[in-house]
Amino acid sequence: MEILRYDLVILGSGLAGLRAGIQAALTSKGKIRIAVLSKIHAMRSHSVAAEGGIAGVLYPEVTGDSFDVHAYDTIKGSDFLADQDAVELFVKLAPEELRFLDHLGVPWSRTPDGRIAQRVFGGMSIPRTAFAADKTGFFIMSTLYDNILRFDNVDIYHDHMATSFLMENGVFKGFTVLDLKEGTLKVFLAKAAIIASGGAARIYGFTTVSYAVTGDGAAMAYRAGIPVKDMEFMQFHPTGVVPAGVLITEAARGEGGYLINKDGERFMARYAPQRMEVAPRDIVARAIIREIMEGRGFIHEESGLGYVHLDLRHLGEEKINTRLPFIRELAKKLVNVDPVYEPIPVRPTAHYTMGGIHTDTYGHVMFDAKNYVPNLWAAGEAAAVSIHGANRLGSNSLAECSVYGRLTGEAAAKYALEASSSMLELSSSLEEAVKREEKRIFDELFKTETNAEDPYQIRGELWRTMDTYVYVFRDEKGLMEAGRIIRDLKNKYKRIRVDDRSRKYNMNLREAIELGNMLDVAEIVIVSALARTESRGAHYRLDYPKRDDVNWLKHTLAYYTPEGPRLDYIPVRITRWKPEERKY
Amino acid sequence: MSEKTSGAVSKLQLSTPEISLKTVSKLITLKVKRYDPDAGRYKLSIYRVSVSRFDTVLDALLKVVRDQDHTLSVRYSCRMGICGSCAMMINGVPRLACMTNAISLGDVIEIEPLKNFPPVKDLFVDMDQMFRKHRSVKPWLIRGDEEEQFTAKKEYLQKPEEVDTYRLFSTCIKCGACMAACPTVASNPDFLGPMVLAQAYRWSADSRDEGAHIRFDIVDNPNGVFGCHFAGACSAVCPKNSDPALAIQLLRKSILRGKR
Repeated sequence: MEILRYDLVILGSGLAGLRAGIQAALTSKGKIRIAVLSKIHAMRSHSVAAEGGIAGVLYPEVTGDSFDVHAYDTIKGSDFLADQDAVELFVKLAPEELRFLDHLGVPWSRTPDGRIAQRVFGGMSIPRTAFAADKTGFFIMSTLYDNILRFDNVDIYHDHMATSFLMENGVFKGFTVLDLKEGTLKVFLAKAAIIASGGAARIYGFTTVSYAVTGDGAAMAYRAGIPVKDMEFMQFHPTGVVPAGVLITEAARGEGGYLINKDGERFMARYAPQRMEVAPRDIVARAIIREIMEGRGFIHEESGLGYVHLDLRHLGEEKINTRLPFIRELAKKLVNVDPVYEPIPVRPTAHYTMGGIHTDTYGHVMFDAKNYVPNLWAAGEAAAVSIHGANRLGSNSLAECSVYGRLTGEAAAKYALEASSSMLELSSSLEEAVKREEKRIFDELFKTETNAEDPYQIRGELWRTMDTYVYVFRDEKGLMEAGRIIRDLKNKYKRIRVDDRSRKYNMNLREAIELGNMLDVAEIVIVSALARTESRGAHYRLDYPKRDDVNWLKHTLAYYTPEGPRLDYIPVRITRWKPEERKY
Repeated sequence: MSEKTSGAVSKLQLSTPEISLKTVSKLITLKVKRYDPDAGRYKLSIYRVSVSRFDTVLDALLKVVRDQDHTLSVRYSCRMGICGSCAMMINGVPRLACMTNAISLGDVIEIEPLKNFPPVKDLFVDMDQMFRKHRSVKPWLIRGDEEEQFTAKKEYLQKPEEVDTYRLFSTCIKCGACMAACPTVASNPDFLGPMVLAQAYRWSADSRDEGAHIRFDIVDNPNGVFGCHFAGACSAVCPKNSDPALAIQLLRKSILRGKR
């Protein structure tokens, strides 16, 4: 058993993880050893797929923008579930991050005089979304990855997948990690750690996210006794290309694109007469499904999926080529549609996990409203601070990843600098935990039984269940059914088989481990959604169509029990903006 | 907005991507040359798989994994041509499996691990050496004053035409396709290769950078920019049209003219 000891271990190499790594390296001035773990190649994390942009108040004197307006837009977009102190901190630091990323080399789209250009985005009342064509996430990721290579005290572990948290008496100690290339289990002990492992939208089949976005961080935290917050709030991006589910950026509408139904109408006039296509995502997603339900959508012949048209033709070839080149490339390659000449078929697609590991305003992980998990931080989509509440505004997530990567990287590095090396002992109780994990992976998962279950069939059933019952519209009957199916799948999972018997790059084994994480997360989403008998942001209950501030202006915390998630609630922190009706 | 109550959740929003496809699908043959690390050699697996008109080679491989052979290991992630995981030899050409339409390739598709990289398992190859070479050219903004660089009070101004000098080369996704196509990489493992040299140029051409002379010293040798024979294969196969051959030409020109 190989044991590696680090002052700081960062789980995940997406935008938040790499930003945290860079900040920790800068803060510690080379005095601490930092490891970044990625279950894939570090530069391939799903942040690369972010398209439209990153929000921040850059030029208030020119645009009339302000921190207060950005904060209000974010809080209103969140359907008032965001913690307002965190939002105020976030909007203040976002422009600093944009400038920092510029100083690392992001190839921004620019104004003629050389400043950073900004575009319109959904729910943002002023154009404040900086961008690099329509591959903003890719360019930021690429820049961060390249820049982290300059630090000699950062070790990047590609193809290293954490399988569990090591905890002792409520204190975080490290991870068990499967080295996928060698097929061996390693132990990473850390004085401090940051969970930046991304979201969980792969619990859905029709989704924008990569196959790797399986909620590993949330699932491991949950099993370690750490609560996972607000998981009923899963964002459906309005425009996933049919049938693949791949993202067509909101910038397509920000740049002026229309949503059109079968009758040729710009139907958003019925749902958000002022903001039209650039209303927040929850509202646009519901509008599209409503159009399809009421017979005004198209039906995709091969997949049977209902859809509407995203029409960019009036933007013209030049604007599409300079502002949306990747969208043109994707539409051509994936569905043989050239948006210069034809509309793109789209429908809402699972996109972003508003919920995540419960943290305080600064990304420090907590057990409840008062007690901290020593040594542990979380950042980016893996965490729920909460900036986004019940519905995230487009282009706030890259900004959150950067802001909270910085905050947690700095805090964890300062902490690790002071912490004693005695923290890196492997006690006998931890050794027992490692042995149990070894047994779980190599004996229980890796075991072939007669009549064993096929993990890919379980995954297919999970996807069908989530896509059907836990989608844009939900109700009690559907959620009960989904819960029943998931519990059944969890039982089947106990008897799965891994056909591939080899150790090196055993994707079958990796996907079996991910499936276990996905099932746990899916159950949390369903149980949390069933309990919340109101409609708020992305969580819409057909049987409870109104927001209910009297009973539900609160965050859900889901705790592990062997029988399934136990729910608790904590209040939303409100500073200056009283909840009001959302109109767009 | 008015949103009506209805119990028919399942009916109105059915959306599974796994629904069987009724039109335009075809049975094709995948011949997969895969590396067996335990035996230390390649073996051939042949699969028959049904693909529909929009299925990519990656979709076809994942159908095989799902329905026929759970042991087939494929590196993949975003399935939208931006993460760079799934470069492999497809009918002899390095391409991204997720951006290559399957049905248009005919009845038989031959798939092999990416060339010029050590094989590890099935279609997985080891990219560590490419990553080390990439790091060796200092692919980051080098500034004289790091204190100023990392405490950004203002952005650096950069006009659109200045962005244009390096923008093309910043679109590289490090998938390794160009390295697999390069005849010099094939014959000289120490040659830095098109991906790495293009990145050396990308950072040096950035108006915000002050470290071109440092990078030029690193690549000004036969294993660097002067190892390139201008076969142009890198640009021909680049799935992002990032044109590494052009970057190498420009890099060589900058060095020869002493433009630091």
